[in-house]
Amino acid sequence: MNTLLWLPLLPLFGSLVPLLTARYHRNVCTLFTAMLPFIALLLVAEMTPDVLNGENQYAAAQWIPLLNLNIAFRLDGLSLLFSILILGIGLLVILYARYYLSSQDSIGKFYSFLMLFMFSMLGVVLSDNLLQMWMFWELTSISSFLLISFWGHKSEARKGARMALTITGAGGLSLLAGIIILGNVVDSYSLQVILDSGDFIRAHSAYPVILVLFLLGAFTKSAQFPFHFWLPHAMAAPTPVSAYLHSATMVKAGIFLMARMHPVLADTDLWFLIVSLTGLTTLLLGAYIALFKHDLKGLLAYSTISHLGLITLLLGLDTRLSTVAALFHIINHATFKASLFMAAGIIDHETGSRDMRQLNGLWKYMPHTATLAMVAASSMAGVPLLNGFLSKEMFFTETLHQEALGSLSWMIPVLATVGAVFAVAYSTRFIHDVFFNGEPINLPKTPHEAPRYMRVPVEVLVALCLLVGIFPGFIVGDLLYAASLAAINGPVPEYSLAIWHGFNYPLLMSFVATAGGLVIYYYRQPLFAFQANFSEPDAKQIFDDIVQNIIQRATTLFNFLENGSLQRYNYLLIALAVIMMAAPLMDLSSTLGTRPELPYNLVDITAAFLLVIGALTTVICHRNRMLALISLSIVGFIVSLAFARFSAPDLALTQLSVEVVTIVLLMLSLFFLPQRAQKQSNPRRVIRDLSISAVIGGLIGTICYALLTRPLNSISDFFVVNSKTGGGGTNVVNVILVDFRGFDTLGEITVLGIAALGIYKLIARMRLFMPSGDYKGRPWSNDAHPMMLAVLSQSLLPIALLVSAFIFLRGHNMPGGGFIAGLITSVAIIQQYIAHGVDWMKHRVKIDYQILIGSGIAIAALTGVGSWFFGKPFLTSWFDYFYWPIVGKFELASAMIFDLGVYLTVIGATMLILANLGKLTTSERPIQKEEE
Amino acid sequence: MEGIYAFCVGMLTACGIFLTLRGRTFSVVLGLTMLSYSVNLFLFASGRLSIDSAVILGESEVYADPLPQALVLTAIVIGFAMTAFVVILAMRARADLGNDHVDGKDPNEIAASMALNKKGEMN
Repeated sequence: MNTLLWLPLLPLFGSLVPLLTARYHRNVCTLFTAMLPFIALLLVAEMTPDVLNGENQYAAAQWIPLLNLNIAFRLDGLSLLFSILILGIGLLVILYARYYLSSQDSIGKFYSFLMLFMFSMLGVVLSDNLLQMWMFWELTSISSFLLISFWGHKSEARKGARMALTITGAGGLSLLAGIIILGNVVDSYSLQVILDSGDFIRAHSAYPVILVLFLLGAFTKSAQFPFHFWLPHAMAAPTPVSAYLHSATMVKAGIFLMARMHPVLADTDLWFLIVSLTGLTTLLLGAYIALFKHDLKGLLAYSTISHLGLITLLLGLDTRLSTVAALFHIINHATFKASLFMAAGIIDHETGSRDMRQLNGLWKYMPHTATLAMVAASSMAGVPLLNGFLSKEMFFTETLHQEALGSLSWMIPVLATVGAVFAVAYSTRFIHDVFFNGEPINLPKTPHEAPRYMRVPVEVLVALCLLVGIFPGFIVGDLLYAASLAAINGPVPEYSLAIWHGFNYPLLMSFVATAGGLVIYYYRQPLFAFQANFSEPDAKQIFDDIVQNIIQRATTLFNFLENGSLQRYNYLLIALAVIMMAAPLMDLSSTLGTRPELPYNLVDITAAFLLVIGALTTVICHRNRMLALISLSIVGFIVSLAFARFSAPDLALTQLSVEVVTIVLLMLSLFFLPQRAQKQSNPRRVIRDLSISAVIGGLIGTICYALLTRPLNSISDFFVVNSKTGGGGTNVVNVILVDFRGFDTLGEITVLGIAALGIYKLIARMRLFMPSGDYKGRPWSNDAHPMMLAVLSQSLLPIALLVSAFIFLRGHNMPGGGFIAGLITSVAIIQQYIAHGVDWMKHRVKIDYQILIGSGIAIAALTGVGSWFFGKPFLTSWFDYFYWPIVGKFELASAMIFDLGVYLTVIGATMLILANLGKLTTSERPIQKEEE
Repeated sequence: MEGIYAFCVGMLTACGIFLTLRGRTFSVVLGLTMLSYSVNLFLFASGRLSIDSAVILGESEVYADPLPQALVLTAIVIGFAMTAFVVILAMRARADLGNDHVDGKDPNEIAASMALNKKGEMN
């Protein structure tokens, strides 16, 4: 297995380890948890030389090739840089959290979430497929939600987690949209393909849309203005989470995305404008607000926002060197900010407070921690010999080389210096206000130094700050070069990581920033008083208001569309259907086609007239239900005549027999339903329904006419040619049913059977009010069943059965078949029920209709299975001709057995429905039977 | 002839749709039955109209299109099963809910109870 695949897999398995080891001592759990990421870090170290030599590592496995979806990982310079940050700082955070979390916190759960996050973050930076990267991107949102809300008993933790998830999740959706559009433009989701088609994408008309969608994803994740507000609220998380997610990793995912897509999306004016202006705004806003935060973590959060803005600005400036500077600052910010968060956590842990108005003069109590924090904060301020200084100098240099804003370009370096002034000011505050400036005030705990090993992670990071600051080229030179190579995807310009560049403008800017920052900090009291005039906008409140507003609007829309009235839904659906149908019809130039029409004749016209009268009577008299039913039966009768007229004898027979069964069924139901309905609808609704019905009727009629007058181009010739030779029957319709499309028919009789069983269950527990008379209150007649009908139907029964047998047998060659024969048999039996009543029938007919349905479907299915024994596919038919004395030559076909199955199912289903419904009208009600 | 046929299909559709938009279950059932007539006729029309040309091999010179016929034949039977199911559902709804309105609530009763307070325009 490829080594690269293990990189994300190890933390994934690692998320189980803490859960398994949590029952042992904390140290054991910590040790085992750290094991897998440590191995992963070793693997990275093993692959590093290759990557630094320009040999990117790949690992891929096919997943859904049709969708261009592969599981693909790559390790190039950029992902190498991020992998080291993720794994390295992750390990330090694991050690730190061991001491930070109290004994009440479930450390196993915490580590598990942390490893899950590590897994998703590694997935983001290692993915070689954009869709896959997006999946990991969303996983980081989810795992960070779990981590922020780790102290779920605190309301602010829950709210902060929800806010972070909403904002980053929404950005993730926008990113997905961007990825899909991009994937369609390039016709691939593979990162390499996309990186290589930068010019094509930038020239494409969809470029602005893609860019904005991608940037929305990046800005929300990296807390850029105006989406920055979630980050301070995410500070409700335990401090190890803040040190990991909110300084080094998750908030850098947006930056990573911009760097990753840099070869594709950057280098245009649009990119420059959006990215650099957003970055600049965020830089200034974050730096300014950070100064006024009394909460240690709040200060750090806004400072993070500000530094993220700085990196974004660098990526936006879009000279090749600015990208190098951005990557360099990513490393530096990760080291000093993670150590500062850890130091803030130590202070919080050992004093019980994070409020800088209470925290004063801690130098005396925790000199060791104080020294570390002061070095890190100086790096944040950009003091020479520390890594923050180097990248800040590079940043200043790049702002000076900007001409994109024309004559206003001078504003960028000036505003950058203003931002740096505030950075120095808040860094000074972090140092002076916390460690000096008098004595602590009302602290919950007496401050003391943190446990030895809790300080180790901070020491490591601060040492890195110093080392990178003093020997930049030696420590990170190669790594930075490789990362720049990947982010630029082209030649990397010359740059120097030296500490001393001589007296020049950037140095002057640094000097101004330091001096200005110290002055501002010195005069902070008037500034604080001035700032107190403005009420701070409560981001949580605004966010909640917006969310509530959206919910309210959605509810209004929802209530408008779904008010509980089925009539209304039905109307809306039909209206939609009208719109969908009408639009394509507009394109039809002429309704009349070229096919010659049949001549009119008086009989047809009369039948059509009757049909229209029947349909209209049904509508007009639909409240007089008996009358409506009789008119409806006229319509059904004419429909079956129409089938007979237009050369479809099978249809005519089917329709005729179904018609009988349907009308009997509806009459039976009318016994239980009100026979007359009062006037319901108001005139307005009647007009509305009439108009939409007329429109849809007109549309359907038009389509039907257009269809009928166009020449026929059918696939049916195949059936006509092969019916006799392949299926052994001359009635092509029947051969299609039982042979060519036998599988369909099998499905259809199954549906029929299921419907009948469903009805049976519905009837079984029905408790109906048994009407004793009609709607006028006249009692039902108690006469016995008329003798004439009884005698007639009894003598008709054998004939009817004979006819149905005849129809069944001839079905393969002449109109008929299982469906029709089954219906005729059912009608004959129903007639007995009508003539004699349920009681009489009960003693004479002892057929279990459910078994009939089951055996029918079984016979049909077994016929199909039978062909397997002859090595043929399911439902292959067989037929042959035989000679029998007296009878003569006759045909036997397996299709007839199949048709027998159809026949039995149809009888079973029809009778199950009608006989059970009929039983309801007597004292023999199934509910009583079930309750016995 | 085709014109009359198309008119009839349109007519049945219009009547069927109007009935399915009514508020009482039985009207809806009638409407569905009517709609299934029109749908079957429409599907059948996709094979075009022809007279005296049933698809019985050897019985006539030209043959009608057998495929729509086969499809419509099963559609008729399934249509019956569906109508039956809806009817029984309507009866069951009336048995369980005490009225035969499609929404399961009788607007007349609601209106009567609300009439004390204000003029209800329920429908």
